[in-house]
Amino acid sequence: MLKISHQDYAEIRRHGEETYPHECCGVLLGQMDGDVRSVTSTARCGNTRTDSPQNRYHIDPKELIRIQREGRARNEDIIGFYHSHPDHPAQWSQTDLAEAHWVGCSYVITRVAQGKADATHSFELQGTDESDKAFADEQVEVA
Amino acid sequence: MPKIHIPTPLRQYAGKQAAVEVKTGSIAEALSDLVTQHPDLRRHLYTDDGKLRAFVNVYLNDEDVRYLQKEATAVKDGDTISIVPSIAGGR
Repeated sequence: MLKISHQDYAEIRRHGEETYPHECCGVLLGQMDGDVRSVTSTARCGNTRTDSPQNRYHIDPKELIRIQREGRARNEDIIGFYHSHPDHPAQWSQTDLAEAHWVGCSYVITRVAQGKADATHSFELQGTDESDKAFADEQVEVA
Repeated sequence: MPKIHIPTPLRQYAGKQAAVEVKTGSIAEALSDLVTQHPDLRRHLYTDDGKLRAFVNVYLNDEDVRYLQKEATAVKDGDTISIVPSIAGGR
């Protein structure tokens, strides 16, 4: 389960509206406790896929290292990521799965339809390694 | 000693530690020390033929080792190594 505040939930959805028709992407920071991931802050990232930003995203690892370092100072870990699907369902794609490597983390996807954030769904990347990884629907508790 | 930061998904294979201290030398030696201390990490970092997996980024302080001397890059006392699996996707 992913727990997120109204404020952080609104922020990641607003990010998708701002970058529309391009995909947005960012990091979810907080705490992991068994199967429960609690978001305590979010960090926007630039989408380095300038060749195809309307249907691809990639986060610069250097940006991630900075976010990780800043999170450590606040006692936060990286617990997931978010991105948007402009005019496309809030469901993971084969590309999303192939490019997902953070097992045990949440991958949140927001459909942005005609510039407005629509459905938001979260998927936990499960598995023991690359050969058996899979996305599982995850409950999102916005409180 | 140099320190290797372990990303959240791999900590379960590293004694639940967020960072592991390793020997100085090269990146290859530092990573080798890491997987010697925590053998379960090996298959998550390396392919069966011993190459670092393509999606595993290794940074020395703030630099991608691919743009330094790759796995031969020297690692000194006090350096920080980060293992960062890539984050990408799209519809």
